Amino acid sequence: MKNKIAKLLLPVAAIVGSILFAALKYDSSNVVADADNAGLKLPSGFGALVVAQTGASARHLAVTPQGDIYVKLARPKDGKGILTLHEESNGKATITGGFGNYGGTGMYIKKGYMYASSNSEVFRYKLDENNHVISPDKPEIIITGLKMGRQHETKSLVLDNNDNVYVNIGAWFNSCQEHDRGLHSMGIPGCPILDSMGGIWQFKANKLNQSYAEGVHYAIGLRNVVGLDWNQQNNQLFVMQHGRDQLHDIFPEMFTTKQNAELPAECMYALRKGDNAGWPFMYYDQIQHKKILAPEYGGDGKKEADAKFIDPAAAYPGHMAPNGLLFYTGSMFPEKYKNGAFIAFHGSWNRAPEPQAGYFVVFQPFKNGKPFGEWEVFADNFSGSADKTARGRADHRPCGLAQGKDGSLYVTDDSKGTIYRIIYNKK
Amino acid sequence: MKKALVILFLIAPFCPLLIQAQSKPKPKTKVAGTSASIARGSKVYTQYCLSCHQADGGGVQNMNPPLTKTTYVLGDKTRLIKVVLNGFTQAVDIDGQSYSNNMAPHDFLKDQEIADVLTYVRNNFTNKASAVKLAEVKAVRAGNKKK
Ligand code: HEC
Repeated sequence: MKNKIAKLLLPVAAIVGSILFAALKYDSSNVVADADNAGLKLPSGFGALVVAQTGASARHLAVTPQGDIYVKLARPKDGKGILTLHEESNGKATITGGFGNYGGTGMYIKKGYMYASSNSEVFRYKLDENNHVISPDKPEIIITGLKMGRQHETKSLVLDNNDNVYVNIGAWFNSCQEHDRGLHSMGIPGCPILDSMGGIWQFKANKLNQSYAEGVHYAIGLRNVVGLDWNQQNNQLFVMQHGRDQLHDIFPEMFTTKQNAELPAECMYALRKGDNAGWPFMYYDQIQHKKILAPEYGGDGKKEADAKFIDPAAAYPGHMAPNGLLFYTGSMFPEKYKNGAFIAFHGSWNRAPEPQAGYFVVFQPFKNGKPFGEWEVFADNFSGSADKTARGRADHRPCGLAQGKDGSLYVTDDSKGTIYRIIYNKK
Repeated sequence: MKKALVILFLIAPFCPLLIQAQSKPKPKTKVAGTSASIARGSKVYTQYCLSCHQADGGGVQNMNPPLTKTTYVLGDKTRLIKVVLNGFTQAVDIDGQSYSNNMAPHDFLKDQEIADVLTYVRNNFTNKASAVKLAEVKAVRAGNKKK
């Protein structure tokens, strides 16, 4: 008798269960690449699809296991600075709403909260068990009063596993000159603005209204960081610095336009508390493999900088503007990608009159929490063609990176607002 | 040598006219003067402006404004000359868009170089506007200093 009831109830339970399961968990088994791989060039075995066209300046993003996507916009669209999208089982998403009437870049989800930044503040939103924002109009202001200039004004953020938030505060200068970007203008002695910008600050994730006084000046001498991520393998913060511009324009007798295009390196730094990466007093020359004294502070392209400044963990060609960094912890992609880093390069402008470069996603192999081996271009042709890349007239510009529950890689484009998803097809 | 070639090229269509009225070469010098200024201005542009405003004058999204038919380029010449002399770091929209980079003062350029580069910009990148004269730059610089 008991058995009979159980037999009758079983299908009912299964149906109810599957409905509940579908509601809580998003099934991505039907996700297929677009026929043209969303216009991207990828290594063999990979495919890509356009998840959505937001038509907005899509910066960093977060993707939930339930198939929701939160995208931070540089400028609010129709009064919404954060867009919410929901994915269908085929991977295509539609915009379901939005909130937060402020522009910004940072977007991160950790332990039941969403963190988002304007260009001077960091907000946090509590999430329910489905990772939905409970009170979109009532975020907690956890960090406030951060300095912002006209340039390098964005605040990116990431969390560690001990309830700390790391925020970049970009310097509002190129190289701390008396006249920003002026011909032969020398560096301001000591670059006093370094006390409140040009570095990474650490704050508590769960305290309200923190500012400089409550924060820890975690790392100094970083001109501007947009892409950053927490490395779970060795529990360490990694950041991508946007290197200084205009070596040739400012010191034409020391640097040719060709040197200007390559130098300085865009650097990846593995940071520890108290590190100084040396901006504006030095830059890293990836051709000489040396830390070079900045010309604004008496350098000539050859003199080496003070050895106290830390070395980069890895160096990439100049001006490509790394805007997204993501350590891959998924298992969809082949083994070699595990724990390596993806870097979204927004693309250059300061290589002119030489051809521009970037507008792609790079893969940097890692071993034991350190870069290991040569980087390679992973996803290319966001620009639309080699000619568009060279002219700096890219159709799309990669910016933010996120990993989906299934291990696929999401990429935003802040030029046209396309959201891409890269998947691995081979079984 | 190059200058002579440019002049030759420009006056070629007028040659039949010139033969008829050789005693009145005035229009020739005017056209040639502007075109020589444009040719010199192109060099100034390449050296001092191209890295930000780009080879096609299209600028850089959100950073450096374009120089294609903007109200600054085509508008009041005094204001335009002042942009070059004093730089541009105001948080104002340029034709509905904001740009985050800082343009440093270019007052180290000679009056003639400023006249040339602005004449070049006003007659390139799909722009068509009158030349900026040496005397105009001189006057603006003199007034600029007093402040
Ligand atoms: C360091 C990069 C840089 C350089 C070099 C530079 N500019 Fe600019 N320029 C800018 C920026 C940025 C603005 C707008 C600033 C703002 O919005 O506050 C601007 C504004 C202008 C404007 C007014 C706005 C417009 O788009 O019409 C003109 C005209 C102009 N620049 C011309 C020039 C000329 C001519 C040169 C060379 C002599 C030059 N610039 C060199 C960055 C630069």
